Amino acid sequence: MHNLSHHLKDAPVSAWIGILIVIFYAVLALGAPFFAPFAESASVGKQYMPWASPHYLGTDALGRDVLSRLIYGARNTVGIALVTTALAFTLGATFGLLAATIGGWFDAISSRVVDVLMAIPPLIFALLILTITGTSVIALILVIAILDSTRVFRLSRAVAQGILTMDYIEVARMRGEGMFWLIRKEVLPNAAAPLIAEFGLRFCFVFLFISALSFLGLGIQPPTADWGGMVRESAKLISFANFATFQTATFGLAPLLPAGAIALLTIGVNLVVDWVLHMSSGLKE
Amino acid sequence: MNPILSIILKRLLIGFVTLWIVTIIIFAAIELLPGDIATEMLGQAATEESLAAFREKFDLNRPVHERYFSWLGGAITGDFGISLANQRPISELIGYRVGNTFFLAGYAAAIAVPIAVVSGMLAALYNGSVFDRVLSSSTLAAISFPEFFIAYILILIFSVGLGWFPSLANVDVEMGLGERLYRTFLPAMTLTLIVLAYMMRMTRAAILNLLALPYIEMAHLKGIKRWRVIAVHALPNALAPIINVIALNLAYLIVGVVLVEVVFVYPGLGQILVDAVSNRDVTVVQAACLIFAATYILLNLLADILSIIANPRLLHPR
Repeated sequence: MHNLSHHLKDAPVSAWIGILIVIFYAVLALGAPFFAPFAESASVGKQYMPWASPHYLGTDALGRDVLSRLIYGARNTVGIALVTTALAFTLGATFGLLAATIGGWFDAISSRVVDVLMAIPPLIFALLILTITGTSVIALILVIAILDSTRVFRLSRAVAQGILTMDYIEVARMRGEGMFWLIRKEVLPNAAAPLIAEFGLRFCFVFLFISALSFLGLGIQPPTADWGGMVRESAKLISFANFATFQTATFGLAPLLPAGAIALLTIGVNLVVDWVLHMSSGLKE
Repeated sequence: MNPILSIILKRLLIGFVTLWIVTIIIFAAIELLPGDIATEMLGQAATEESLAAFREKFDLNRPVHERYFSWLGGAITGDFGISLANQRPISELIGYRVGNTFFLAGYAAAIAVPIAVVSGMLAALYNGSVFDRVLSSSTLAAISFPEFFIAYILILIFSVGLGWFPSLANVDVEMGLGERLYRTFLPAMTLTLIVLAYMMRMTRAAILNLLALPYIEMAHLKGIKRWRVIAVHALPNALAPIINVIALNLAYLIVGVVLVEVVFVYPGLGQILVDAVSNRDVTVVQAACLIFAATYILLNLLADILSIIANPRLLHPR
């Protein structure tokens, strides 16, 4: 704990900006019902109301409050992306570490499977699978988690292989320690920093991927508020925008608000990841 | 045998085996549909005769492996069977769209590749300059911004604000090249912005790695002029990684096209793929996925092979 606060004090400005952005989103997502002025999918006014109190960001085509939907969107989109990344990580890291530790046929088979899965572009693969399963949140999470776990597999396998050549592993093996002890006590602690940074990167990828699918109408389904879906719903408005007055200019901003919310969080996470990577490479020196 | 030839043959073999496995996965998609396709498509109320006619039409009575080979044979010759949803031949539905998609990706590549390679080289040569730092931070934006964010910003500025370009890229077959280039300018720009930063970053890294090698330092120490070191000593070795970067990004473009097509309502393969997924029109999804995946795999294969061929160390074995 002392170590962490020490690092935080030395963190560059960019890392602080990233941390603040991530905390801001986390607070919004956790406290969504508290911050949002209206309910997630209730019709609370006329359609396309201007940006004025009590609807500070106007209303959408169904008269739902845009600000409230943006806030609930943080909870839904980020929540689903987090669950997916965690699942992808559990899957990929388990198989990656096992493949590196067991080696032999297990390594060969799982590496070939991953090669084939990675040969197909993820978006195309996801669309193929979603055609079969239909669009549901469970299917979405499982498909993306499996596709994304291939990248985690590659990384954790490579990192673990590097660690397994170390002398202390040899010593532990001669002492007669079992495989799971090796993974838990020797490999995992040493692989933590690159894996944590990878978690951030994978989260960004998954988050953008889910938003893209929702934007295509194949991800999180309405009436659940979700940023990708909100971009899709408000995209038509952009052609009615003109910069003559503030109120007509806001039409142009309608799809940019949720899209910008996606972009800002990804930037924040990337800034933190850069810092973690920098720190972990610095510690090794 | 020439070592370079055997390496290339091995890569080709791996590439085609991968492609073959991928065709099996894509074909298997239709088999994995829960329940019977005929009842699924025609509904529970369908009569026995119409179900039988449907099965006959889509060739569902033959064993799986026979259908796989006839599907694969058809796909190679450009015949993908008929659409489940509207029962029209798929080649008719996607024929001109495939061309449109490749046109858009090619257009974006034609803008992005020269800019990326030249500015990536400049960034490497002037490592640490303001230009170099701007480049690094723009890469962060490029990885963070979703494709549609860039697309809508461009629409808002160039279409709604300035009125220079149309926001919908509706092209048709009779349209001349100039008109086509004009209408597809914004989608091409979006794709360019998405891949540009990656390509510049990767080119820069490839050249920086090279410039740090001892033989470059040796050339400098011999007193050779700076441009000659770069053109004669560095460039031949940098060619392989740069070609690799270009091919990998072209592969990425082919997939990035899907979202951009939807934003700009561009009549390409990506749009019909998305429509087919929401209609659960499996045969059309299979055809589109096969085309996208095959292009992606072949471009990756090309990247591998070109970088082997362009590697001076492999070309002149001792």
